[in-house]
Parts: sequence; C-alpha cells; structure tokens
Amino acid sequence: MVKAESYAKTTVDPAEVARFTALADQWWDPRGKMRPLHRFNPVRLAYIRDRICAHFGRDPKSLDCLQGLRILDVGCGGGLVCEPLARLGASVVGIDPGAANIAAARLHAEKSGLAIDYRVAAAEELADAGERFDVLLALEVVEHVADVGLFVRRCAEMVKPGALMIVATLNRTLKSFALAIVGAEYVLRWLPVGTHRWEKFVAPDELEAALAAGGLSVVDETGVVYNPFADEWRRGDDMDVNYLVTATKSY
Amino acid sequence: MSERAEVLIAGGGVAGLALASALGRALGPSFAIAISDPALASPPPADDRVSAIAAGARRLLRSVGAWQRLNEAQPIREMVITDSWLENVVRPEFLSFEGEIAEGEPFAHLVENRALNRALREVAAEAGVRLLATTVEEFEIEREAIEGRLSDGTRVRARLLVAADGARSKLRGQAGIATVSWSYGQLGMVATIAHEREHQGRAEEHFLPGGPFAILPLVGKRCSIVWTEPEAEAERLLRLPAAAFHDELERRFGLKLGEIEVVSKPSAHRIEFSMARRFVADRLALLGDAAHVVHPIAGQGLNLGLRDAAALAECITDAARLGLDPGAPDVLERYERWRRFDTLTMGIATDGLNRLFSNRSDALRFVRDVGLGIVDRLPALKDFFVGEAAGLTGEVPKLLKGEAL
Repeated sequence: MVKAESYAKTTVDPAEVARFTALADQWWDPRGKMRPLHRFNPVRLAYIRDRICAHFGRDPKSLDCLQGLRILDVGCGGGLVCEPLARLGASVVGIDPGAANIAAARLHAEKSGLAIDYRVAAAEELADAGERFDVLLALEVVEHVADVGLFVRRCAEMVKPGALMIVATLNRTLKSFALAIVGAEYVLRWLPVGTHRWEKFVAPDELEAALAAGGLSVVDETGVVYNPFADEWRRGDDMDVNYLVTATKSY
Repeated sequence: MSERAEVLIAGGGVAGLALASALGRALGPSFAIAISDPALASPPPADDRVSAIAAGARRLLRSVGAWQRLNEAQPIREMVITDSWLENVVRPEFLSFEGEIAEGEPFAHLVENRALNRALREVAAEAGVRLLATTVEEFEIEREAIEGRLSDGTRVRARLLVAADGARSKLRGQAGIATVSWSYGQLGMVATIAHEREHQGRAEEHFLPGGPFAILPLVGKRCSIVWTEPEAEAERLLRLPAAAFHDELERRFGLKLGEIEVVSKPSAHRIEFSMARRFVADRLALLGDAAHVVHPIAGQGLNLGLRDAAALAECITDAARLGLDPGAPDVLERYERWRRFDTLTMGIATDGLNRLFSNRSDALRFVRDVGLGIVDRLPALKDFFVGEAAGLTGEVPKLLKGEAL
C-alpha cells in the first residue's frame, strides 16, 4: 500500500503528527470551521456519482458503484471527496499542494480504514509522469489557479480517451459577488475573508473553451443553489453562482 | 469480543425491525446491520394488542416484504365516531369516514401486533440483518464511531446507534435527552371480543366521558376493544366478576353485533404522553416509542414509529449511497427535522382530542359536536384528516409512498 510508505516519510516528528491530527479533526468536524463544506458536500458528491454512473453504465444505488474506476481529485484538501468515492469502490488518488492537508488526509483515511493514494503534488507533475484516469475531478480549484487555460489543458492530458472530467467552480456574475464574496465571507463568515477573489471566478463559456482546447467536450452542466431556509444545497438550472460541468474526451 | 456494524439498532419492536428490514433491502449485505433485543431469543409473546396500520405504514410494510406474510389483516371499510354519554340510548354519529384513501386502498387495516412482529423478524433475517438476542446496556461515543456494550459482553462498533428501546429508553437516558411527559391518569383495557353478527369492517370510536371506547374489527366475527377509563374506575371494572364486567362492556359496546363474548382476559395499559426534547444526539437516533408516546385515542403510536423508520431509512440510505458517514450530524439532523413536526402535530392533536372528549362538560360537548359536524360536511377538510391519519401529508418519505429507496 502506497499509504503506509509515504506516511512514514512525512511523519518523523510527533509534534508534527499532533498538528496534522488537529488539522484532520478540523477538516472532518462537520460542526466546526468546515461546516459549510460539509453542507455542500452531499450535493456535489451526488452529482459526481450520478454523472460517473450514467457515463460508465453503473447503478448509483449500488454501494460499490465506482468499483474499478481510477479517480484523481485535484486539490483534495483533507479528503472530504476522496474518502466517500473510495468507499464506493473507486481507486482514488488525491493531490494537494499543501503538505499539511495531505498529512491530515492520510491520517484520517487510515482511521477510516481506506486505502487512498494521497500525494503532495500539483496536477502538472502527474501529467508529466504520464498518469491516466477514468475520472478527473477539479472541484473548487480553477478559481484559484494562476492560468485556467494551462491548468485545464494539463488536467485534460490525464483523462483517458472516453473518460470524464468534472469541474466545480464559481461563476463571475454580480450575483456571485453578492453571495460568494459579500455573503459567504463578510456576512455569514462561512469562509475567511479573502478566500475567493471574484475577478478569478470563471464563467461557464470560458471554462467550456478551456476544456475544448484540451480536447474535452461538455456533456452536462448544472447549477447548485443554496436554500437558506432549509440550510440545504440543491441542484438547479441557475448557474450564476456555484456550478458543475462534466466533459468527456473523445476516443 | 468486538464486532462491527454500520448501524446497530437497540430494540426489536416493530419500528426497529422495520428500519432494519428497509436498510437491509436497500443497501444489501455489504452494509452490516445488527438488531439487539433479548426478546429475539423466543417467538413473539402472546399479545392481545392490535394496531391500525395506516395506508402509508402499510406501503412501507409491503415494500419490505412483511405485509405479504400477514395472513390476517382486516381492512377498515368505515369508521364512525360518536360523542355520547353512557346513558344515551342513541349515539349520534358526528363523523364518519368511508375507508378508502385511493381506489382499492383502505386507509387502515387492523393487524395483530404479534403477527406483525413475527413477519418483520422473518424479513429482517432474510435481508441479512443480524438478530442478537441480547440488550444494548450502554454505549460509548468516539469521533468516528459509537460502541454499544451488550449484556452478553459483546461490543459492537457502529457508525450509528438507533435507540428503539421503548418508552422508557435506557439509551435515551444515557444520551442525556430529556422528555416532556405526563400521565393521563387513564388505563386502556384491551380485550378481544367475539360477536354474533358480521362487523362489515366497521370501526367505531365512542368518545365517552371516561375516555374513548374503540371497537376495531378483526378478521372473522371478532373485534378488539380499547376501553379507556380513569385509573380507579378501570381497576374497579377489572376486579368485577365476569358477568358484571360483561354487562358493563355491553353498555358501551352496544347490541348491534348481537351477543358478545370476551374471549381473552382483558389486559390494562397505562396511558401516557411523552415526547423527547431531541430525537438525535451524537451518533444516536431515537426511534418509535423512545422518541414519542402519544395517546392511543387515534391509534397512531405504531404508525408514528413506522413513519420514523421510513424517514430514518431514507436518510441513512441516501448518505450510504454517497459513501458518506450514516451517523454524521447532518444525516441525523435531517431525520430530526423530518420527524419532529409530524410527531409534535400528532402528539398535540391526540392530546387535544382526549382533553376535549374525556369529560362531562356540556359546553365542550357543544363545541366539539359543532366542530366534528363541520368537519363531516367539508370534504376537503375530511380528506386532510384522513390523509393525516394515513400518514400521507407533508413531505412524505419514499417508503410511505410505496416507492423503493
């Protein structure tokens, strides 16, 4: 198992382990700092599962519906998406540039009894190494990268022919400024101020163009809308703020 | 010894078994479910009690495969409610329901609790649920799991512990969940009556000053009665010689069905109201009577438990199919939000009914009779009450709509 080996490499210092444990606890505490992400997680997981199952002809009701699929989660953080997908049978690689995040994710996966291949890496490094995946996930990442076009193209290289790439991000509209920046950061304090820079948000047509440049064509898109009364996220047609896009690479 | 399960259910009553069966069928053998109750060591004990299974609950029982195993289920074809005093010769009917909520679907059936329990045990076992004949004594919460300690020394580590251990739930106490409860000072006497003539599937509820007197048709020329009186009066009645008891019974039962005979020794049950302040805690969910005990005036106790089971099964299934933790706070909060309103409405409604009817006030009698008369004359309102009694209003869990999870 890759996990044990890389774990040994990064945890030489007990103080470090304690720090990563605290970080893992923070990532995985559904009532703590990451609560907004935990509330958001089911709706995006459901979308990801349903698109993958529809594409590969799997039964989304089956508890091993992702069996045998190799999935890369770019910008995996503490592993909030990697673990559920691994539990559904996928063979998951999670990468994040933050070493602390990866250490925390590893610790948690071990406690959960899941074998997930976590690496401190950027997408380009895996692309350079010629890695290939059945599903590539870039969730809430493109709005943070330096060059969207380049990032998407390098990711696209890793998508096998006939395979999928799913991107979740924030649209650049007045509404997203009001909700994602003013609302989420300044009013609700869901996210630390400065988490997002509105000018870096990506409009769907820009994303579509970047995907097309990488040889991927969009097959599905959906908006995700927050209902403050039910404190619940739902899929919907409104792509003005949060949205997800699924693209495939032709053979 | 330590075992693992995704969900550990404490209490093998109807609600707990229904939840186990629904989960077993929806999620398959890779999702380990254990249900623990010392009563599972032997066949369900003799029990006179019958339950009116409302349409929604019946759909759940059918979708888990238990309904098909019941040999005897008496449909309620008609329900009549009267408001009267014992000395009234004629009891005016203020409210009557034709008993179908949809074509060919009676709004309720009467089923013997024992037969229902037996059928549910069979389907649970077939769905791969582990039946453990022991008690969950206590639990310990960890961050990622909850460990149940069983009376035989076994420990079961689970993602979620469901306390379906009845009105006096020990696990609810350990979780520190308080209840709001009171006693009605009434006893419900339950007995099976044989009678001369066919009952035609007609259920009756007579609101007498001492408390409601219900006649519930069973298969054949038999009925189950639930006869509610203030405690002292009920105790006096139960001490009467058989012939005198028979006379008292006949005064209430009436003569419409001809000669009657008590075929089982009446049993007495204390009538209470109890509502847990919360339905969930860390990695723990309350189910059925552990969460709420309502006045049996509308026959809703068991149905509420089955509605809990339908909602919780759906919350757990949705989470498990996303690879998420079925014991996570979000999952449990969804269950609590889903059930609280319905349960509270029913609790208040049944409490209110009992307070409204169990008295000899002329003024209240006038108010309630006008009220019931209005309900009887307004089809839409009546449909609402029938729908509510059938468990089919609000956002309805899939299993209660007869849909698969």
